[in-house]
Order: sequence, then C-alpha cells, then structure tokens
Amino acid sequence: MIGLIGKKLGMTRRFQEDGRSVPVTVIEAGPCVVTQVKNERSDGYFAVQLGFGAKKPKNTPLPMQGHFRKVGSGPLRTVVEFRLDADAGYKPGDTVGVAVLAEVATVDVTGTTKGRGFAGNIKRHGHRRGPAGHGTKNVRMSGSIGMHTEPGRVLPGKAMAGHMGNKRETKRNLKVIAVDPERNLILVRGSVPGHKNGIVFIRPSR
Amino acid sequence: MNIVETMRQEGLRGDLPDFNIGDTVSVGVRITEGGKTRIQNFVGAVIAEQGTGLERTITVRKISGGVGVERIFPVESPNLEGITVTKKGRIRRAKLYYLRGRTGRKARIREARR
Repeated sequence: MIGLIGKKLGMTRRFQEDGRSVPVTVIEAGPCVVTQVKNERSDGYFAVQLGFGAKKPKNTPLPMQGHFRKVGSGPLRTVVEFRLDADAGYKPGDTVGVAVLAEVATVDVTGTTKGRGFAGNIKRHGHRRGPAGHGTKNVRMSGSIGMHTEPGRVLPGKAMAGHMGNKRETKRNLKVIAVDPERNLILVRGSVPGHKNGIVFIRPSR
Repeated sequence: MNIVETMRQEGLRGDLPDFNIGDTVSVGVRITEGGKTRIQNFVGAVIAEQGTGLERTITVRKISGGVGVERIFPVESPNLEGITVTKKGRIRRAKLYYLRGRTGRKARIREARR
C-alpha cells in the first residue's frame, strides 16, 4: 500500500477514554504529489513516486524542474518512491493526503536519527561504565576487546566507539492514534526517529 | 502558534479552579477497583507545576503518618474528578522542594493575606 512523506512536528500526549495517557508524535503528513507512476510494462515493477514540501526553482536542478513541470507541480524538496503490489490507479499530478492512512491500524515510520557525533561505547552500545572511585581510570573506557595471540586480532563487528546517529532508521508497528485530514496530521503512539521538522516516511505496517 | 502547541491546548477540561504553587488543594482521583469506581481525595500542598496544556502536571505533597508523601497528577487527566483549593499559600519561589528537608513547624507554608 502507498505511504506518505511527512514532517515530524513534535510530541505531546492524548488521554484515552479510560483515562490513560498516551504519548504521541505529531507528524504533518502530506499532501504529497504523485510525480511519477511506474508499472510492470514501463519499469518492471509497480510504484508511485511522491513529492513533498515546496522549494525554490533557483535551488532545483533544471532536469528536476522539468520533471515537476510535467506533472504540473512546483519544485518539491523530497521525492521518494513507494512500491506497490499492483496498479493502484494513481496518476501523475494526483495529490495524496493523510486520508489514505485513516483506516490503517499501525504504521512503520522511517526517518534519519539525531546525529550524536563520535560517541563512546557507553552511549553508543549501552555498555556499563567502570567504577568511578578508588583511583580507577576506566570510568567510561571500553573493556577488553578480545583475546590474546590466538586469534591475535579483534573480531569483526566488535562494539566500539564511533559515529552514532544521523542514519536512516525505521520504527515499526506504531499505533495510529488519530488522523486529521483537515490539518494533514497523523498522530502515532510513541516516538519517531529524528529531530523536529525532520522528514519521515510513513508506511502501513506489513 | 505551532501546531503541537495548539494541540496541547485542545480539549482542556476547563473546570479546574485557579490555584498556585503553595496552595493547599484536595485532588479527587477516580479509582477503579474490580469494576467499581470510587473517588479518593489527596489533600496536600502544591509544591511544583510542570508543563502546559494537556501535559501539565502538579506535584502535591502531604505528611501522612509522619512520612512525607508526594504524588504527581496530570492535571488534565479525565481520571481526576476535580481539584478544590482549601488554602492559599504565600510563597516566594516556584518550586517548593525545600519543604522536603523540613518537618513540623518549619515545613509550614504561610497563608496568603487576603
């Protein structure tokens, strides 16, 4: 099924009828413009390409300007393809809004996580820290990273310090709490990767 | 105003009295036990307030059997029956955490002059 491109706006809470509080992320999803439709004959598979968020023509390469002109929309910031199982009847130039997610129970949300720079093994891998007192110096140091002469090397994939965050991540099976087609909003339970105003892709869960 | 901020202000209950930090309040909490719902009152001083709109919470402190008890209430929760102010306090700061280290006469909050 088709997904949507959206912008993470922030988090708040909702109260359910039984009084329980539910943490929600507010995402402005769509309206997205169908910029291209792919089918079995033209490309060997079914997909729609969606665009979201206006940008200035002067910041858009000419070939992309032509691509958008063909479907009668202004230049769009984010363009993403969503695979379909079969022809769903979308035409180039159509707009898709949050209404397509109104009947969906759970969604997967993909975004770019907040960049944490070069992070140590405690923050990055959840390692425990060493003792802080009695003259020890390994408060946040990594422990042993392997054995001795045999094997004489560090095993591949060893959890060590390094760059953390600023990478694409998907949070799956988030409950859809509410959909507001009037304001193009979708509320999902819990958190979503990325910072505020970050671009996210919302797909119905498989 | 940004949309999330607008949403925080949507659907507020609007039936709560005005109260401030330092006031003594009685908070009615709906408690469901085995299908029956009853209301329990928690009486104490508001020592802190956090958040706005739907996310607003208050910390209420009372001394129960010589032991200090604090509860944090989400003010806009439908589980709260209501809040009644019994005493207005005269205080000089927004968070009364200093009360935690005090007992007896020192832990009192002066009453506001009308």
